[in-house]
Amino acid sequence: MTQALDEIKIGGLGSSRKRVEDNRFIRGRGNYVDDIVLPGMLHMEILRSPLAHARIRSIDTSKAWEIPGVRLVLTGEMMATRNLAWMPTLSYDTQAVLATDKVRFQGQEVACVVADDPYIAKDACEAIVVDYEPLPVIVNPTQAMAEGAPLIRDDKENQHDNVVFDWQVGDKDATDRAFEQADLVSKLDLHYPRSHPSPIECCGSIADFNRATQKLTVYMTTQAPHIIRAAVALVAELPEHMIRIVSPDLGGGFGNKVPVYPGYVMSILASILTERPVKWIEDKTGNLISTGFGRDIYLHGELALRRDGKILGVRMHTTSDHGAFFSDAQPSKFKIGLMHSAFSCYDVPAAHLTARGTYTNKAPGGVAYRCSFRVTEAMFFQERMMQAAANDLGMDQAEFRRRNFVRDDDFPHRTPFGFLTDSGQYGKCLDVGLAAIGYADFLKQKEEATKHGRLLGIGISTMTEPLGAGNSREYDILGIKMFDSAELRVHMTGKAILRTGAKTQGQGHETTWAQIVAHELGIPAEDVTVEEGDTDTAPFGMGTYASRSTPVAGAAVAMVARKVRAKARKLAAHLLEVSEEDIEWELGRFYVRSSPDRGVTIQECAMAAYSNMPDGMEPGLENVAYYDPPNLTWPFGCYIATVEVDPQTGVWDVLNVVAVDDCGVRINPMIVEGQIMGGLTEAYAMASMQFITFDTQGNCIGSNYMDYLLPTAWETPGYELHEVVTPSPHHPIGAKGVGECATVGGPAAFVNAVMDAIKDTGVRNIDMPLLPDRVYEALTQRHDVSGAPPVRTDD
Amino acid sequence: MSSLFEEIREPVAGDVPVRRVSITVNGVRRTADVEPRLLLAHLLRQGLGLTGTHTGCDTSNCGACTVLFDGKAIKSCTMLAVQADGHEVTTVEGLAGPSELHPIQEGFKDEHGLQCGFCTPGMMLAAKALLDENPNPTEDEVRWALSGNLCRCTGYQNIVKSVLWAAKKLQSQSAS
Amino acid sequence: MYPSRFRYEAPRSIDDAIALLRQGAGEAKVLAGGQSLVPLLKLRFAAPELLVDINNLPGLDYHRADPDGTIRIGALCRHAELERSTILATRQPTMAAAAPLIADPVVRNRGTLVGSLCHADPQGDWASVVTALGGHVVAQGANGRRNIPVAQFVTGPFQNVLAYDEIAVEAVIPAPKGTVAGGYLKLERRVGDFATAGTAVALEMSGAVVTRAGIALTGVGGSTIDAAEAAQALVGGPLTADSIAHAADLAAQAAQPRSDHRGSADYKRHIVRTFVERILTRVQPSTERAA
Repeated sequence: MTQALDEIKIGGLGSSRKRVEDNRFIRGRGNYVDDIVLPGMLHMEILRSPLAHARIRSIDTSKAWEIPGVRLVLTGEMMATRNLAWMPTLSYDTQAVLATDKVRFQGQEVACVVADDPYIAKDACEAIVVDYEPLPVIVNPTQAMAEGAPLIRDDKENQHDNVVFDWQVGDKDATDRAFEQADLVSKLDLHYPRSHPSPIECCGSIADFNRATQKLTVYMTTQAPHIIRAAVALVAELPEHMIRIVSPDLGGGFGNKVPVYPGYVMSILASILTERPVKWIEDKTGNLISTGFGRDIYLHGELALRRDGKILGVRMHTTSDHGAFFSDAQPSKFKIGLMHSAFSCYDVPAAHLTARGTYTNKAPGGVAYRCSFRVTEAMFFQERMMQAAANDLGMDQAEFRRRNFVRDDDFPHRTPFGFLTDSGQYGKCLDVGLAAIGYADFLKQKEEATKHGRLLGIGISTMTEPLGAGNSREYDILGIKMFDSAELRVHMTGKAILRTGAKTQGQGHETTWAQIVAHELGIPAEDVTVEEGDTDTAPFGMGTYASRSTPVAGAAVAMVARKVRAKARKLAAHLLEVSEEDIEWELGRFYVRSSPDRGVTIQECAMAAYSNMPDGMEPGLENVAYYDPPNLTWPFGCYIATVEVDPQTGVWDVLNVVAVDDCGVRINPMIVEGQIMGGLTEAYAMASMQFITFDTQGNCIGSNYMDYLLPTAWETPGYELHEVVTPSPHHPIGAKGVGECATVGGPAAFVNAVMDAIKDTGVRNIDMPLLPDRVYEALTQRHDVSGAPPVRTDD
Repeated sequence: MSSLFEEIREPVAGDVPVRRVSITVNGVRRTADVEPRLLLAHLLRQGLGLTGTHTGCDTSNCGACTVLFDGKAIKSCTMLAVQADGHEVTTVEGLAGPSELHPIQEGFKDEHGLQCGFCTPGMMLAAKALLDENPNPTEDEVRWALSGNLCRCTGYQNIVKSVLWAAKKLQSQSAS
Repeated sequence: MYPSRFRYEAPRSIDDAIALLRQGAGEAKVLAGGQSLVPLLKLRFAAPELLVDINNLPGLDYHRADPDGTIRIGALCRHAELERSTILATRQPTMAAAAPLIADPVVRNRGTLVGSLCHADPQGDWASVVTALGGHVVAQGANGRRNIPVAQFVTGPFQNVLAYDEIAVEAVIPAPKGTVAGGYLKLERRVGDFATAGTAVALEMSGAVVTRAGIALTGVGGSTIDAAEAAQALVGGPLTADSIAHAADLAAQAAQPRSDHRGSADYKRHIVRTFVERILTRVQPSTERAA
């Protein structure tokens, strides 16, 4: 008879276990980089360029050196003597650490000061005199590609224009044929504005170089400590074993904390030179104007349609703005990331994508802001095109999607751009969503409201997205394959410590990884400590972004637990004095098949591993697993929003939001729902208010929280969440990524809803953000409102 | 604050004037010499080692530095440390009793009202100020009261639930 | 995030404060709520030589109504007090409507109305409200007190007429004659955002007849705009759909908005028109009943 443990009771799979990490956070006992104080620590502040494009004639630091308490002033010239003025980017370009020849965007790092306290460092930054010769400024791809445009990257050999790349994917000929056969071609031009992940905690580091041991320890706000160690070894030419990167608690990441930033490098050199720990904590303006932004891309999209609503082909052309240095933090071989994951949930026979990237005088560092790289843009473009096409066909937007979905029995399915999707119940998700929002009723309500001059709208967004890079065949960073790792050590009392190569930044790994161990081994989750972020102790892994923790590191956790269980089985056989083949496993216990009452617990096996192992067996109960996923995971999301637009002001209010997520097996439903609600809020933010733009001089508009708007509790709508479960066929516990789905799929739901509300104007598009004045302009002028909101001074 | 050894630092030229302030922080009187330009948030964090108070922006928008100042929620990055002289400050470290968590802390854990934890101390103190004044708020009143504090992770829905959870618990405590 | 050095004094009497300002000879700044000044210090957009903190001055944290209905707001009265004020809730609808829309709830615990007037930000909500109400600022200097009508108090963006050794100690809303009505509407993208446009409307009525009107606009000019012509158009008659539309048009004409990332000039002007119309239309039924 079974004596298996109750999985929910021990905090296993499916348990909404309360979070372990909360115990310190709610007491104010988190340990973020800025909380760390080392003896003798100095403080660094950065001087940034006020101009977007200018030649540096001279930098005079003499006044800064005179300020009492100043220990070091660094300029690009001094960095250059150490070969550190430039560094490689994650996209095989170079990026200035401190400017030497010219500045290429507003906010670029020009000098830094290290002093006894940050107030003094700031005083000294103000005392540095830089003589700039202003140059013409480029703030968008059109200007970048114009005849006679000034060359931004004159530092690079063989770079004669401002084009970063031209790239294409798909089958052009087949797509051309599909368009020839179309009854109707639906076209749409879209812009996904520049945005910023903007975790509340900015970036920072404390570099601590010990001359005696030659060891460099860096506490750093990084989502990927092991990659950083590899990069630091490369850039600073230090041996890898003499570098320890520690990523302590992170105050959010969302992709912003993946790249290597100049500030980190400067703090490292400053510590080497001063032989003191050097702390650099970025201010919000520095974070918003110089670190990894997201999006900033234009689309021309076309759908070839048959009259009955069948999609025959897709054409996409994107033009992306990468800023002054091509430092996209993306791990794929594809120049425009996973843009070509667009239309993966639809059965589209032919597709072709061309992409051009350009340099501009804007901040570099495109990051995968809460998504796999460019997936957010891909799905937004897809779902905006789907709505426009449904309207062009005069077809119900839900029905149009349903007609084109890949069917449940069509998996595995090769997408038009070559991805292999493996599972899903797209139609069911849509049905659940439509039922929850009360689709038919809302349409009636909308019709009734129209008679009274009220504008109601409903927006649908459905998508499957590739989450959890790699596999290692197609995904790497600087050649390092996109696997991940877990190391599990079971102590003799059956308690355990687990370390992974991922790095939590709010996702709750300390809670959920223990749940996977509980599921695999029957060790109660509360008996498992989880540690991440210290490269001296954690196994090598690629970090946490692109919703890859659960698909990759989480899989590694399951696999390492299974390795440990395999050894425990041998110990059990030894303890029970039967052969291994006669042993059965149930949660928490091995027993003799023929005599189920005879058994040993996993804890008893652990004790035996240290005190009573069979002859010839290596003592201990621990192992490590490196996991290279066979494929990405393909969660599906259906997001539906209803809105009411005030025709007099263009202000729109969200009435209801329904989210249906199929992320496979949920490890901790409470945490999954938290991720979805957070993602929906970023979607709402991007649709409604959050963007960065630039004036013609390259001044960044959106350089602080007065201009870069994050919604508060007051504006943020409430959410109703639903789930459908289609396990991943290849993930060890059937889980799929989820952290980013709602951010990826959500924006189109809000925008589609507003566009639906004003459909009668004939306006096809308002680009995000849907600020009231843009909606009002569309309503009254009856024309599309395109591009980033202009920074107008027309008076 | 006393120490067996205090390093006499090199005198800073320009004769930087400092002021002695005496602030009751979490019920304990703390005395410090501060430069007038030192922000209260920095005194709490660096001077007094109370790092639960975070700073997240430069423009007094994010509210991560929210503390109670004479019982009212204020942004401690938008007050000079010298201004707190003679006043009472409560930080997240002072929220819990000696042995048990404050119901607001329990509520945030129970309702999953935090993810990265960075905004949480400020959010909880803003919630405390609300519940001190209005023990039985509606959802809208909670959203309104927390609208000076930004959270990037949760989407607020669970934060609101956390505060309502705490309100309920506080009420049942005061009833019994 | 790290202010420049300054001298700091926290006088205990207003005379001491004025003496300190006099010593400061124009290089001193008064620190009251600090919710605008401290951010400016942190960004180093402001770097005064001396800060005179008036928070320790006794007897300035009041707001009260005199027997005749005059409302007085002391220099240390915080926005939050006004938001919770029963005096405003029962007597002064324009102020009561504006108070909850100032900045955000945490900032409101610290910031002051008088400080907001002195800061003279064209995006400042209180300046419009007090302008619409025909209020004045009481300034105290070495030679005593003087009253400065708020419409003359602000001379431009971030500029007021205070002498360098004067302190604004009180804002005064004159006693109304008849019943009061009005409101404040502000278009903001989220809590704590500066106004895309804001409109303050303050009326005094005798029965259904408007006896005094004030309309002032936020965020649509180099400083607060007193839409006096629009207001004057309402005086002497009842509120009708026509009179409301006319006043709203005049208010929109009075606006001098600039296009920026919050909206185009035309849009902001349109919002002024819409909001003035909305406030007056809400007032209208109640006055019809009163009549």
